[in-house]
Parts: sequence; C-alpha cells; structure tokens
Amino acid sequence: MKPAPFDHVRASTLDHAVETLVAEDGDAKVLAGGQSLVPLLAMRLAQPTTLVDLGGLRELDYIRDDGTHLEIGAMTRSRAVEKSRLVGEALPLLPAALRHVGHVTIRNRGTLGGSVAHADPAAEAPSVLRALDAEIIATGPGGRRTIAAADFFQGFLVSALEPEEILTAIRIPKQAAGSVVAVEEFTRRHGDFALVAVLGAARLDPAGEIAEVRLSVAGAANTPLRADAAEDLLVGQAPTPDVVAAAATAVAEATDPGGDIHAPAEYRRHLAAVLTRRCLHRLFTHAERSAAA
Amino acid sequence: MSTPTRTGTTVSMTVNGEQVDRHVDPRRTLSDFLRRDCGATGVHLGCEHGVCGACTVLLDGRTARSCCTLAVQAEGADITTVEGMADGAELHPLQEAFWKHHGLQCGFCTPGILLTVQELLADNPDPSDAEIREGISGNICRCTGYQFIVDAVREAAAVLREEKTAEVE
Repeated sequence: MKPAPFDHVRASTLDHAVETLVAEDGDAKVLAGGQSLVPLLAMRLAQPTTLVDLGGLRELDYIRDDGTHLEIGAMTRSRAVEKSRLVGEALPLLPAALRHVGHVTIRNRGTLGGSVAHADPAAEAPSVLRALDAEIIATGPGGRRTIAAADFFQGFLVSALEPEEILTAIRIPKQAAGSVVAVEEFTRRHGDFALVAVLGAARLDPAGEIAEVRLSVAGAANTPLRADAAEDLLVGQAPTPDVVAAAATAVAEATDPGGDIHAPAEYRRHLAAVLTRRCLHRLFTHAERSAAA
Repeated sequence: MSTPTRTGTTVSMTVNGEQVDRHVDPRRTLSDFLRRDCGATGVHLGCEHGVCGACTVLLDGRTARSCCTLAVQAEGADITTVEGMADGAELHPLQEAFWKHHGLQCGFCTPGILLTVQELLADNPDPSDAEIREGISGNICRCTGYQFIVDAVREAAAVLREEKTAEVE
C-alpha cells in the first residue's frame, strides 16, 4: 500500500499550478486535501507523474456571500464548510449532507473542491450541487469558466474539467427562506460511502401545498442524479401519502444503479424509493427546521 | 522555485514539540515519515487507505489520517502523535481512563482512538454515549470491544471537565 513514485510541485500561485498542469500534458493530478486521491495513490489506482499541490493556496480557502449566492473556495475544508454559520443559514442542505461524509477526521482534511472534482457518484457534495443548481468555477490556461452542476458530472469519477483545468470555486444559489432539508442515507456502517442517499430540500406554501422541492440521489447511477420527474409530481400538491409514493416510484425509475460486491442493482433501486419516502416524510412532517432566512 | 524531482524534497515540521527537517521522497506518507524518519512508532498502520483510523495524529490541532496525508503536505505543520500526550511519566487523563477501564487489549487501535477522542472532547466536553460511539466510529477496534472504550471516554470526559472547572477557580 505505498504509492508509486511521483514528483511533487507545491503551487505558489494559481497560475503556477495551471502552468505546471499544462507542462505535464495530462500526466499530473491536482492534490487538494488528499482524502480521496492519496488512498487511490496507495492502491495504485492512480499513478500520476506529478502531483500539483494546492495546499499552499490560501486564496482558495474562503466562504463569500455575494447576496444571491455563496461562493466557496475549492480548498475550504469540508469541516469548515459544515461548521460555517453562513453556510448553515444560507445553504442548510450542505452541512446536513456533509455530516455524512466519512468521519470528522476525514472532513478536517478533505476539501469541498476536492470532493466535487473527484466526482464520485456516491459522495454527498456532488449531489448537493445537483440539488441546489450550483455552478462550478474552473480555471485553466484560457482563464475562468463556469460550468453548471448539471453539465459537470459526466460519469464515474469523470467531470467536465479539462486536464489542465483546476476547480477553483463553487457558487451555490442561497436556499429560499423557510426551506427545510433532509438527508436520508443507507450505509452498512456509520461513515461509509452511501449505498444510496437521497437529499431533499422543500418549502410548503401557507396552504400546506408544496411550493418548491429539490431532490437528488447519490449512489444510484454513474453520476449524482437530480430527480426532476419526481419534483414535477410533487410541486403544487399537498404532500399526501399517495403523492409521496408516486414520487418515490419516479425516483426509483430515474435511477440506473450498478451492482457490485456491496449491493445488487435492484436492491439499490429499491433503496432509492424507500429513502425518497423517508426523506419526503421528514421534509413534510418533522424536518429539521432550517434557519434559512 | 527549486525544481522538484522524484528523488525528493525537504520538509520541515514540528513533531511532538521538536523541530524536524528531513529530506523525503514525495510519495512518503506522513505515517511512514513519523514512524521511520521520526521514530514515532506509536503511529500505527492498519489499512493504509483511510478506513481503520489507527494512524490518526493531530495536525495543527485537528485529527488527520496520517496514511492519507503525504509528508510534503504537512510542511510547516505542528504534529502531535500519541507519544506527545503524556507529560513525562504522568499519563494524560484520557490514557489514565483507558488504563483504568481496560479500554485497550492489544493496543493497536489505541493511539488513534486516544487522539480522536481528545478532539471529540475538545469539541464536546460532555458527550452522550451515542455521541461517543459516533465519535469513534472511524476507528476500528478488533479485540477490546467498544464498551470498555466508551466507559473510558465517559470517565475521561468527567475528569477533564473537573480539571477545567478547577483551573477556572
């Protein structure tokens, strides 16, 4: 369990990091917190010639409120995002989901940008980005560009990032006031990757009908899924058991899970329906009342 | 900027209060660095891919899996391993409680659990049993059984709370 040899470049500036990626011509990997990459190196599933280490780039460690969105720098540690009052108030779904990421020790080192760039379909952060229509900001030799979360996740561990691009920030529209959130996840052991997770945010209007609902699913396809069809069934309806059951069926139908040593595909699809029901139940009954204001 | 090569680079950090400067291969994990280059063999290596928690250390006061951290990533950091917990011959209250409650048998997972719990109690000085269990859920013990560990943590929390109250008075 020792990594293969590689060169290490501690980036002194973002430009330096991009220049190094260009010079390495696709054989380099970007190192953020290392909580996904270092195990891959140890198992030799990744054997880059060079690691471009962003650890010294303090300018990528920030949480900024620009009025309508929060912008979170790629090198902000997951634990810092989880504990941020600003994030808790404006984006309650994010800390609710991050609490399921590994353990505190992992979240102390792991970064939000690293998790998103890794593009693991079973990870929580990518699913939050899908649910909240986030934007990913990437910086490459041609400058900055913005990628919608819907276009960013392209396959298992595959994102829209070009080899010479670095994910530098994530922009997330603030959740509407009065939003409630719920994360339902099934794991064999606490802190494991979810077999399936369903993440939800919703708002009821004064009449008790669903004004807004956002649902995403982790671990049920080769990318994080946004459950659009289920959302369409729910909006404008009162959250009755029949409506919830129909939405759960729609979520399960939208999944395209793979089977592996941990669970067969059919079981994952079943879990998607069960967890959707639980998630909606929590959203519409005793959801964690968010402080979104 | 010097040109880094596969033959290595120099890192500087503080390990249990001592300044350490070493030439390391970039692929050297922090865990191997601490064990082999610094002699801190209390850093235990179980799975070497971030699952078992045995290699947990404090990096700038927060827990980190040293097997999932490269030595070069700890440049300039302040590292504490289990060797840094006791004050000479006097055990840290956490260590004392583990000893008293048989919170260790073979001891392999113990250094990682002690440091993880130290952080847990700093964040939450009076955890419930459920919170203790969640707090150590990233540390795998295969022989002691978790009950004695939970007992030890509960008592250590009480001792540390008393110490803190005494300090204030």
